[in-house]
Amino acid sequence: MRPEQMRVLVTFETTTAAMAFEALCAAKGVPGRLIPLPEQISAGCGLAFSAPPEAMDALAALFPRPGCAAPRQMLL
Amino acid sequence: MIYFDSAATSFYRPPCVREAVAEAIERMGNAGRGAHGPALEAARAIYRARTLTASLFGVADPGHVVFTSNATEALNIAIGGLLAPGETAVTTAMEHNSVLRPLYRLQKQGVRLNVLPADRKGRVAPEAFERAVVPGTRLVVVGHASNLCGNVQQIRALGALCRERGALFVVDAAQTAGALPIDMAKDHIDVLCFSGHKGLLGPQGVGGLCLREGVLPRPLKVGGSGVQSFSHGHPACLPEALEAGTANAHALAGFAAALAYLQEQGVQALHARETALCERLLAGVRALEGVEVYGDVDASPRAAIVALNVKGMSSAAVADKLWEKWNICVRAGAHCAPLAHEALGTAARGVVRFSLSPFNTPQQVDTAVVALGELAGGQGDAA
Repeated sequence: MRPEQMRVLVTFETTTAAMAFEALCAAKGVPGRLIPLPEQISAGCGLAFSAPPEAMDALAALFPRPGCAAPRQMLL
Repeated sequence: MIYFDSAATSFYRPPCVREAVAEAIERMGNAGRGAHGPALEAARAIYRARTLTASLFGVADPGHVVFTSNATEALNIAIGGLLAPGETAVTTAMEHNSVLRPLYRLQKQGVRLNVLPADRKGRVAPEAFERAVVPGTRLVVVGHASNLCGNVQQIRALGALCRERGALFVVDAAQTAGALPIDMAKDHIDVLCFSGHKGLLGPQGVGGLCLREGVLPRPLKVGGSGVQSFSHGHPACLPEALEAGTANAHALAGFAAALAYLQEQGVQALHARETALCERLLAGVRALEGVEVYGDVDASPRAAIVALNVKGMSSAAVADKLWEKWNICVRAGAHCAPLAHEALGTAARGVVRFSLSPFNTPQQVDTAVVALGELAGGQGDAA
């Protein structure tokens, strides 16, 4: 079994918000990728943006953003 | 073959559109229904189409661009989703049935409908709007350009009037999106409905509506959205609120390619080309005896449409002869605009509609003029 890793997650209300956030991170050079929403999180959209812990500050600087929940750390 | 039916759908499209659709069919899954590569490819393509559409029409938030299967569906959402029994709607006699029929259906349910008349040239007097749009009017819906004769409504002035009087302003841009500049904010538009496969040069199966912040029609369809799956109600957030079911990602990928092409070429530059061709056609046919041209053809701007009849022939016979003898594609008949025909005096006969694109050529136009000259000279079969 793969050991759990700490990740920073951003969740979304809509697929459009997820797409916009992915494009924004790509433009700003923030690492991470879209993954299926982990079942332990409740959010409207079934996509979540998963980034390494060291990206926390860069992600937090992008908030507040409409349709996106502020980044949080969790073990995945 | 010469294609002059671009008001029905574009035929000459930039190759990038075809290539994008073919690539999408090979690579894309279902947008918003997974986080694997093909699903994300589809979602990215749709998002690209949203951002390009938003940029074209001055929409600040791409989430306020909603995709539908055509302009008719968009108009049904806007009209049916914003009006309720007892409220008043204003429209004009120049509208397409995609505006009129949703309104007639609502009229039976108790919506008060005021259809402003048009004169013999298809013009609706600005004073008629001034009188009809009053405080308490819920919604005004107009076509930016007539699909029948190409007359253009002054939407910026109408939008300002609607905003001043508190009415929602819905614009049917099926014939102008991609041809004339449209800016949601500057034109005071609350809902802009568009077709993706005409002047916007995308594949068929794409239409949409752009919504001003704060305007949210009731949905026409509810169901799968990819978000809030455990809720009994359809999500209220845009664009999912108005987009139930699998999106047409393949066509939207082509649409995005078309929009990028339009952005690169410039809407006004492309319209200048089709306008020059339209003026050449108008000059040619107006010089022909036995050809009657309809609409406010000396006005500017206009959609690149020339509506005409040939003396002694039905519109259907002219269209058929043009196709049979010269391989020229035009549309004859009623064009889904019954009240406009009554205004122009062509209800019994219909019209022959030439609708041009920036990709037609002066030689094609000259061939059409020669063909019409032959028909008007008595060489066509009378119907």
